[in-house]
Amino acid sequence: MNAQDLQDEVQVVTTGCFGFCEKGPIVKVIPDNTFYVSVEPGDAGEIIAEHAIKGRRVDRLLYVDPTNKQQIADSRGMGFYKKQIRIALRNCGLIDPENIDEYLAADGYEAMGRVFAEMSPEEAIQEMIDSGLRGRGGGGFPAGIKWQIASKVEADQKYVVCNADEGDPGAFMDRSILEGDPHSVLEAMVINGYCIGATKGLIYIRAEYPLAINRLKIAIGQARDYGLLGKDILGSGFDFDVEIRYGAGAFVCGEETALIHSMEGERGEPTFKPPFPAQSGYLGKPTNVNNVETFANVPVIFNKGAKWFAGIGTEKSKGTKVFALAGKINNVGLIEVPMGITLREVIFEIGGGIKDGKKFKAVQTGGPSGGCLTEKHLDTPIDFDNLLSAGSMMGSGGMIVMDEDDCMVAVAKFYLDFTVEESCGKCSPCRIGNKRLYELLDNITKGQADKEDLENMRNLCGVIRDSSLCGLGQTSPNPVLSTMDNFMDEYIAHVEEDRCPSGVCKDLIRYEIIPENCVGCTACARNCPVNCIAGERKQLHVIDQSLCIKCNACFEKCKFNAVAII
Amino acid sequence: MADLKKMKGELQSKIALREKSDKPEGRVQVKVAMATCGIASGAKEVMEYMVDEMDKRNIDAIVTQTGCMGYCYAEPTIEVNLPGHEPLVFGYVDIKKADEIIEKYIRNQELVEGIIPMNYQTIEKNK
Repeated sequence: MNAQDLQDEVQVVTTGCFGFCEKGPIVKVIPDNTFYVSVEPGDAGEIIAEHAIKGRRVDRLLYVDPTNKQQIADSRGMGFYKKQIRIALRNCGLIDPENIDEYLAADGYEAMGRVFAEMSPEEAIQEMIDSGLRGRGGGGFPAGIKWQIASKVEADQKYVVCNADEGDPGAFMDRSILEGDPHSVLEAMVINGYCIGATKGLIYIRAEYPLAINRLKIAIGQARDYGLLGKDILGSGFDFDVEIRYGAGAFVCGEETALIHSMEGERGEPTFKPPFPAQSGYLGKPTNVNNVETFANVPVIFNKGAKWFAGIGTEKSKGTKVFALAGKINNVGLIEVPMGITLREVIFEIGGGIKDGKKFKAVQTGGPSGGCLTEKHLDTPIDFDNLLSAGSMMGSGGMIVMDEDDCMVAVAKFYLDFTVEESCGKCSPCRIGNKRLYELLDNITKGQADKEDLENMRNLCGVIRDSSLCGLGQTSPNPVLSTMDNFMDEYIAHVEEDRCPSGVCKDLIRYEIIPENCVGCTACARNCPVNCIAGERKQLHVIDQSLCIKCNACFEKCKFNAVAII
Repeated sequence: MADLKKMKGELQSKIALREKSDKPEGRVQVKVAMATCGIASGAKEVMEYMVDEMDKRNIDAIVTQTGCMGYCYAEPTIEVNLPGHEPLVFGYVDIKKADEIIEKYIRNQELVEGIIPMNYQTIEKNK
């Protein structure tokens, strides 16, 4: 551009990843939104000469739609832009969450008004059933059916509960919705109350989410001022109000019976179902519990119709799902994609691929209750049922990506550690079983296990799964089972060869200096916290294995690849 | 319901005036993503800086907070809406970047590095 003396008229700017790495490098020309793919240095000249100077498109560099072989010039018409659809996140990042006016301007509370004016509770429930919306908290139970069950139970008082006790490691979908669009959850709770005949709503939120709590409080106050919460809402004669209840951050309280007990002031422990909360929940009254993301979808279903919603997604899983992408992935963040998208599209296109160009190994979905999916699952369409049959689960939407440097035994141990910590201790399979399972895993990572232990571990997993009281225990062996199914070779290497192929398990590795590469720069010796590396300047350095604490400092500091993990 | 519709209509036109005005005298709008992820990365300082500097530099702009835009890897993120232009999202915004955005983009419509392309569709487009 500078050579053509165009620097004053055309600006060249670097930008973030377009989420379309497969076709990179990408050049986009504005204002006409022309989108060039697979641009090589040699092509740049042509773009300058043709497009920038003469205003003619360089057709051969345009993106070709793989389905109909048409060239697409305007980036807004391209398929990959449709990979994400924001329904639950529709207002996040667009409106001011502390100003109810902005929510109202974005169709806010219109669904509520429409339900009051045009629908009986039965019709509204039918709309929910027709939409096919399934609970986004993890289990995937159809929300409309849940509402219907609660509506049919006779009682003088019923409750609507919003489960905001998001506890999966690495998950922050619900927090973002509450922080970015609290009114959508409130509106949905009122609709839910109208449908099942409840006049009180409770939001159970963990105290570790102070910003979300603060914004919810503001939202509740504003909604009350506008007459959208409280007595006789919009002149409908229907009363509904919402209260916030704080959780202390126990993972098990995400289970609905434990959550209800916690709200009642009891210990946060689950009880056997049935009775289901819809029959006997908070204070023994019929209670409908839904998760934040489930509620955030509700106003859109009524605004745009069940049919529209059911048109997105797969046969049995409708709509979209919000995922929190984390781990070894370039674009860490929140995404919302239609059900049925593949893991490959999520990780390599939207997520921008694996960090530092490393090799993809696995992705963990469903948190401590889920499992690891591997390369062979990359093209499986994501929905509730497919993930279950692949040995994982949808869960609340955490997605942790792992690369070649992650040891799968250590990953399983990490999740088990979490489960052991969070088990409420009420039933023995979960309390004792998971502890023993953790110890077995710990032994494997220390090279103190044999092949028989692997067999025992599998049996123990079966017992915990079949005999635990609640979902936490029933699903806790999943990370172990799925890593054993998919990465048995790593387990074998640990128990038979006392070797950790990824170089993660400290007791099975040692650091050594490769004589050919060592230049004697002393960087490793200077950074060693226990001074266990000896060697003069420009001389070969040596690590004293008996003192080494395997902190990895020498490995990180060496610029000559002279420190090796063996 | 009728009241609600009326209220919505009024508010929409008010916000439309603020956001979508094609008139050159329309105001600049800056949205700062202020969710936990953004604030942890320094969005609060950026927000305060933006509010103060717009005032000091006599730029007629509205700076508001909003929720997480989903680009957590590039926090703090801000969206700048110039009248007559498509909204642009900038990532990795610190005080220095904020200054550059004000001087170059907001004052002179000159693009600066660090634009995050929008990669999702909103539900309105499905209508």
